[in-house]
Amino acid sequence: MTSVLAVKDLAVSFATPEGAVAAVDGVSFSVEKGECVGIVGESGSGKSQTFMAVMGLLATNGKATGSIKFQDQELVGMKIDKLNKIRGSKMCMIFQDPMTSLTPHLKISRQLTEVLVLHKGMSERDARAKAVQMLDRVKIPDAKRRLDQYPHEFSGGMRQRVMIAMALICEPQLLIADEPSTALDVTVQAQILELMQELRSQGDMSIVMITHDLGVVAGLCNRVMVMYAGAFCETAGVDDIFHDPQHPYARGLVGSIPRLDRPGEARLTAIRGQPPNLQHLPMGCTFQERCDFVFERCIAERPALSTFAPERAKACHLKGFDKEGKVVR
Amino acid sequence: MASITGAAAPPREIQGRSLWQDARRRLFANKAAVTSMVILAIVAFLSVVMPFVWPHQFDQVYIDRISCPPPDYLGMTAIFGSQADACPSAVGQGHIFGTDANGRDLFIRVMHGGRVSLSIGVTATFVALLIGVLYGATAGFLGGRIDNYMMRFVDVLYALPYIFFVIILVVVFGRNYILMFIAIGAVEWLTMARIVRGQTLSIRRREFIEAAEAAGVSNWGIIRRHILPNVVGPVIVYVTLTVPAVILAESFLSFLGLGVQEPATSWGVLISDGKDQMESYPWMLIFPAAFMVVTLFCFNFIGDGLRDALDPKDR
Amino acid sequence: MSGEPLLSIKGLKVHFPTSSGGLFGATRPLKAVDGVDFDVFPGETLGIVGESGSGKSTIGRAVLQLIKPTAGTVAWLGTNIAGFTRAQMKSRRREMQIVFQDPLASLNPRMTAGDIIAEPLDTFEPQIKADERKARVQEMMAKVGLLPQMINRYPHEFSGGQNQRIGIARAMILKPKLIVADEPVSSLDVSIRAQIINLLADLQKEMGVALIFISHDLAVVRHVSHRVLVLYLGKVMEIAESQVLLSRPRHPYTQALLSAAPVPDPEVERGKKRLLIEGDLPSPLDPPSGCVFRTRCPKAQAQCAQDIPALEPRGGASDHLVACLFPD
Repeated sequence: MTSVLAVKDLAVSFATPEGAVAAVDGVSFSVEKGECVGIVGESGSGKSQTFMAVMGLLATNGKATGSIKFQDQELVGMKIDKLNKIRGSKMCMIFQDPMTSLTPHLKISRQLTEVLVLHKGMSERDARAKAVQMLDRVKIPDAKRRLDQYPHEFSGGMRQRVMIAMALICEPQLLIADEPSTALDVTVQAQILELMQELRSQGDMSIVMITHDLGVVAGLCNRVMVMYAGAFCETAGVDDIFHDPQHPYARGLVGSIPRLDRPGEARLTAIRGQPPNLQHLPMGCTFQERCDFVFERCIAERPALSTFAPERAKACHLKGFDKEGKVVR
Repeated sequence: MASITGAAAPPREIQGRSLWQDARRRLFANKAAVTSMVILAIVAFLSVVMPFVWPHQFDQVYIDRISCPPPDYLGMTAIFGSQADACPSAVGQGHIFGTDANGRDLFIRVMHGGRVSLSIGVTATFVALLIGVLYGATAGFLGGRIDNYMMRFVDVLYALPYIFFVIILVVVFGRNYILMFIAIGAVEWLTMARIVRGQTLSIRRREFIEAAEAAGVSNWGIIRRHILPNVVGPVIVYVTLTVPAVILAESFLSFLGLGVQEPATSWGVLISDGKDQMESYPWMLIFPAAFMVVTLFCFNFIGDGLRDALDPKDR
Repeated sequence: MSGEPLLSIKGLKVHFPTSSGGLFGATRPLKAVDGVDFDVFPGETLGIVGESGSGKSTIGRAVLQLIKPTAGTVAWLGTNIAGFTRAQMKSRRREMQIVFQDPLASLNPRMTAGDIIAEPLDTFEPQIKADERKARVQEMMAKVGLLPQMINRYPHEFSGGQNQRIGIARAMILKPKLIVADEPVSSLDVSIRAQIINLLADLQKEMGVALIFISHDLAVVRHVSHRVLVLYLGKVMEIAESQVLLSRPRHPYTQALLSAAPVPDPEVERGKKRLLIEGDLPSPLDPPSGCVFRTRCPKAQAQCAQDIPALEPRGGASDHLVACLFPD
């Protein structure tokens, strides 16, 4: 079986007046049919840019090299009109801010049906029926009436639902969600996550969830990839990441979140220091300056992502951490 | 954390790089802007110094040298004709741009015109800057109803057709150097006031103003420490773009015959005179026009360079 | 909590006039904060949690008189400061400070870190000498975890977390009695958030300052606060000690908030039954009659549309106040 998405040695760099910045530094991964992958990282970790490159949506000063295969079709260097046939119909992306992704002066109906008429050659009538069906699916009440409203007549949560409906309308094989719930209120975020969970259980669509919030990943994804300074530092199944993280950064992230389900915790275990400047990355491990277990090898040599257990990989020179959380060198 | 980084870093104080220093670095990295600054400096220097050292005066008439082409050694005889043929008496007299239809040295007239044009440009812009910044900052800072009234007054002045305004002034007071400043300054400060007000309003809403208020800083302290330094950037950019606009406005008025009066001259007057002789004596148009075009280009390049350098968005 | 409160808020209302459109449209008030009571005691942390539009930031600014309250009293050490003029407020300002959400926006980009931190000092103690001023700024920088030799750097040369430390240093330099922290970690990266939360806790312990910690994130608020106030559409839904609020929430909205927050544990998440509440926050321009939460409340009954529930001790403890007609 081939993967829905197979990325190999993808690097993304941006030309800036201060020189080239490597936002993504040679990542390889794949997304299988029907799975939900969480990409966790801080701002500047390259999590969004990786998938902007997949979608061919990099800013004009950005350049992607390597290989991105969507169902065995190479996307890097693909002609724009051919790429347009894939993105928006077989592979869709939803963004953090739904307001900026919807055209304010067009009715929802136009924006929803356009894809169907354009990509699938549906008639206007069929497309409309499909659009209503889609709005129902994302649980927008009174879908028939709301179809003829403008984006500003929807609330933030409803707009995000419309965005999801738009992404789903062509029944894509891959849905990339970039912080879809971050801009929303907690109660509305819960509604959107519930919806995503339902979508996941309904079909064999693959979902990539890009987020900085480990809580979002915990409930939704089956596999998690943690990104730091443009590369993956640990990839594992969701339970392993939360209960037995093996990379010091992943451990730090899990430990630094205040938790509602554990009362009485006195102090958070913070990761010290600041995220590194991508233009002046150290020679060795990118995490060395913030790591509590750094040793000579970390400074001399950058660790590669390597498999250490079935379905688990990390980029760290340490042997790992034992059950008590003690470091094994 | 302090102990770890503290051990590695020298205890010496690290000097920060302010946004101004950043902007200056970016500006000096901009080749077009730097070249423009050099050219502009040369033009300004020539305009100021030449009238003192040139052997001819701008209003000195040589009856035997009317409409003489530039000297042959410039190598442009194909366009202008030969000075030796057309005007033997001018040869060797240093009329490097030739002479005008009244037999005056064109080079010194272009320099003199540059003096007038540049000084009108700079002075009127300065006047506009002074009024505009005070007016705009007051309106923006006070806000509310006062702001509303002040800006409606600006709108009313905007609506007056300014050529009309100038013609009335000229008819009433006669042609006058000072009138030019008043007429042009009266128009240009309006835009400046709008820009400053907009900037002030947007900065007033920023959180660091609220932080200063929470720290008990006085109104005047907020304006001086927090608002003005953050307004200066866009204002500087606008100033460099206003100077050429003023020069152009002056030329336009002079072109219409409403500007500087003979024998004094400006680039606008020279171009206006030159266009009448364009077919037979093209140098009378080409030299002043070239100076003016180059100067305007320079101002615009500098303005663009400053905007790129000061714009925080590209960081 | 016992003893005299530092700050006592009674019936606080903040209404903003808005025009309803049209040239001669009448203005109708946007009720950002609509009748809020709470006390803050010396040295404690009161968490205020609410969604966008709940009025949580407005409360913080009204406490500091950065926004003038429409009605109600804001008693600071027994004196009502609501409606104080700028001059009257000035002497109180050194005792109450604020930390903002967006660290970069809250620092003047043209000033050095040292000048920013020293600004309250310049205002209240202009007589001190330059070297003492510098010494105190550097001492404060060390306290918040900044290298003192960075004193001449500008905000754009620091990272987000470091800028927030500058903001905290500015708020702390006069050793105030109260700091309003308005979403101080929301715009920071996850790995930096814990640093700032720990820093605030350490400084509070060291300097005995009281904190009003405003956030939309219940987990963060719960972690830092002694007591938590839950706000919805400008009204208090529930106040309790943070452990109590977490283990025995009485108000349906609090329960919904607790259940909505994603927990970073796959087992907990999979086993969790979400208590989802429908729809979005109603417009504060046109709040529902009776209980403001009734339009989204799973337990709403006819009576909820008529009676406005009072904030009363309903939870067993005298300081567990709930505004609900039918609490659990």
